[in-house]
Amino acid sequence: MGFVAALQEHGKPVAGHRPWPRVDGDEDLWRQAVLGLAAGEATLLGLWSDGQAVHLALAEEAACEPLVLSLAVRCGRFPSVAHTHAPAMRLERALRDLYGLEVDGSPDLRRWLDHGRWGLRAPLGRQQNSDVGGDTYTFRTAEGPPLHQIPVGPVHAGIIEPGHFRFTANGETVVRLEERLGYVHKGIDRLMGGAPIARAARLAGRVSGDSTVAYALAFARAVEAAQGNVPPPRAIWLRALMAELERLANHLGDIGAICNDASFSLIHAHCSILREQVLRVASACFGHRLMMDCIVPGGVAVDVASDRIPLLRTLVRTIGRRFPELVELYDNTASLQNRTVTTGILRAELARQYGAGGFVGRASGRAHDARKSPGYPPYTMLAFDVPTRSAGDVDARVWVRIEEVRQSLALIEQIVDRLPAGATLSAGQGGEDKEGMALVEGFRGDVLCWLRLTGDTVTCCHLRDPSWFQWPLLEAAVEGNIVADFPLCNKSFNCSYSGHDL
Amino acid sequence: MRKLLFQSLLQKSLTEPPPLPEDAALAQLAQSVNRAAMQRLGRSLSIREVDAGSCNGCELEIHALGNAFYDLERFGLRFVASPRHADVLLVTGPVTKNMREALERTYRATPDPKWVVAMGDCAIDCGVFAGSYACAGPVSAVIPVDLRISGCPPAPIDILKGLLALLAQTSAS
Repeated sequence: MGFVAALQEHGKPVAGHRPWPRVDGDEDLWRQAVLGLAAGEATLLGLWSDGQAVHLALAEEAACEPLVLSLAVRCGRFPSVAHTHAPAMRLERALRDLYGLEVDGSPDLRRWLDHGRWGLRAPLGRQQNSDVGGDTYTFRTAEGPPLHQIPVGPVHAGIIEPGHFRFTANGETVVRLEERLGYVHKGIDRLMGGAPIARAARLAGRVSGDSTVAYALAFARAVEAAQGNVPPPRAIWLRALMAELERLANHLGDIGAICNDASFSLIHAHCSILREQVLRVASACFGHRLMMDCIVPGGVAVDVASDRIPLLRTLVRTIGRRFPELVELYDNTASLQNRTVTTGILRAELARQYGAGGFVGRASGRAHDARKSPGYPPYTMLAFDVPTRSAGDVDARVWVRIEEVRQSLALIEQIVDRLPAGATLSAGQGGEDKEGMALVEGFRGDVLCWLRLTGDTVTCCHLRDPSWFQWPLLEAAVEGNIVADFPLCNKSFNCSYSGHDL
Repeated sequence: MRKLLFQSLLQKSLTEPPPLPEDAALAQLAQSVNRAAMQRLGRSLSIREVDAGSCNGCELEIHALGNAFYDLERFGLRFVASPRHADVLLVTGPVTKNMREALERTYRATPDPKWVVAMGDCAIDCGVFAGSYACAGPVSAVIPVDLRISGCPPAPIDILKGLLALLAQTSAS
C-alpha cells in the first residue's frame, strides 16, 4: 500500500469532497503525513485553513491522486509542518498572519503577509485592531568583514511587481538572498468568503493576471467538481485552447525578456512581436487579449465564431515559421549563452523536495505536469510531451520554455482540428454544502483551487499559486552567482508576486 | 543573426499609425497641465511605472507598448528606472496598505512638475478588490491623480491614447 493510501485509510473520510478524498485525522496522523513529506514519500501540494481546521494536500509523485488531510484546530493551535518539511514554511507563516493560528514548533515566527499595515491582526480570525505604522522585519544575517547588504525594492527599476530583495554580497558574489513579499496582498481569501459564485470567479481570474485563464479554469473545475456538473464538450476544448494560447503568449514573452536581461534585445524584439500576435488572435477569438472572465463555472462565457478559426491556423503557421529562427539565434550566440549557461543552477533534489512545478521544476528534472497527472480533459485525449532538462540553469529554463512553445503550437493545432460543436455552458445545481478541488497546469506550474459552497455562495476558497514553492528556490539558485546575474535568474523563474501575496 | 537583421530591413514596418489622443482624456487634463510646465518639458515625457497592488495584468499591457506594433518611444515617451528621472507616475492596482508608503515615497521622490496617471479599473476604483481590509483605496485616495485610463486591463491602444493626450497637453504652447 502506498504512503498516501495508508494515510487515507487511517483517516476519517469526509463526505461531499470531490473529486479527490479528504479525511479528518488526529495529530498523530498529521505528524505521519509530515514525516512522509520530509522523507520524500509524497509532495506537498498546499496548506490552508478555513478557520476551524487546517488542511494539508499531498500526492505521491508517481500516481498523482491528491489527498487532503484535515486537522481540527484545537485552542487556536496546530503542529508545525515546516519544522520538519521546509517547503511549508511560508504557507504556515501566512496562515498565522491571516487566521491568527499559533503554530507549535514553528522555526520562523516572523510575520509574512502581514506587514503591520492593515490596522487589523488575523483578518480571517479574531480580527483584532492594531496600528498601521508597520512592523520592523529582521532579515537573516550573514556576517563577516567583507560582506555588505544591498536592499532592493519594493519599487523596482523595471516594469515589474513589487517585492523586496535583501542581498548580502561578498564583492560581486551573492552570499545570501532573502525575499520579503506580501506587498501586493489584497485580501483575496476574505473577499472570496461569502461571494456569489459569479463574483468569486472574477476574483479568481485576477489573482495573477498573467495566469488568468489557468486560475479561472482551476476555480471553474473546483466548482464543477463540488456540484457534480460536467461542462459541454465544446466548452472543455475551448478552455484548453485558451490555456494553450496563454501558455504560448507567456513563454514567448519570457524567452524574449530573459534574453533582454542578458542585454540581447534582438530576440526580445522578435518575441514581443510574436506575443502580440498571439494576444491579438486571442482578442479576435474571445474578445479579450488576456482572455479574462472567458472561463466560467459550467463552461465558457464566449464561443469562438467559425470565421475566426482560420486566424488560429495562421497564427500557428506564422509562429511555427518564425520561432525556429529565433531559437537558432539563441543557440548560436556565444555571448548570450555565456550569460545563461551555468547561471542560477537549481539542484534537482531541491526542485523535488519543494515540488517545483512548471519550467522551474522541469529544468531541474522534475517532470510533473497537472495536465498529465492527475490529468483532466481534453488533455487526456491529446498528444503532447512534457519536456525536461537536467542542468537546472537559466539556459535549461529557457529550453524548457522553447520546447513548450512547440508543444503548445501542436496542441492548438490538434484542438482546432477536433473542436466539437454544440453548447458551451451547463448550469450547476446549488443545494447543500459541498467541497470541490482542482489542480490545473498554468504556464508557470500547477495552480491548486479548493473551495466550499453553500448553495450558490462560496463560503471558503483557497487558491495556491505555483510560486509559493518556487520563490524560496530562487533564493537557493542565486547563491554564489554575481549580483548582476540576479535579474536574469529572477526572470528565468518569473514567479508571480500577486499570485503569491493573494 | 545577420539573416534576421537583413530580413527586418526588407520587411515592411510593423509599427502602426498613432491613434488620436482621447477626447475625454484631453478634457481631464485641461486643468492639471499648466503652460510653464509645458514649455519646460517640450515634446517628451519620462514615465515611472509603479505597481501599487495590481494583479500584473496591467503590467503585461504596459510591456506591450514597447513592441514593434505600438513603439512607444517614437512619441518621446519612455519608461525610466527611477522616480527621480520621471515626469509621470503610471500607477496600477488598488493601492494595497502594504504598498501605500512605497507609493507615497515614490511620489515625493518625483520632481515637479509631475503628473499621475491611474491606469486600470483597480487604480480608479479598486475594481473587484473594493472593500478589502488590505486595500487603502484607489490611487486618488493616496496621491493626486491627473488622468484615468480605464479597462481591466486597458488594451495597449487605450493606454497609448491616454498617454498621447498627456503629451499633447504638456507640449501644446
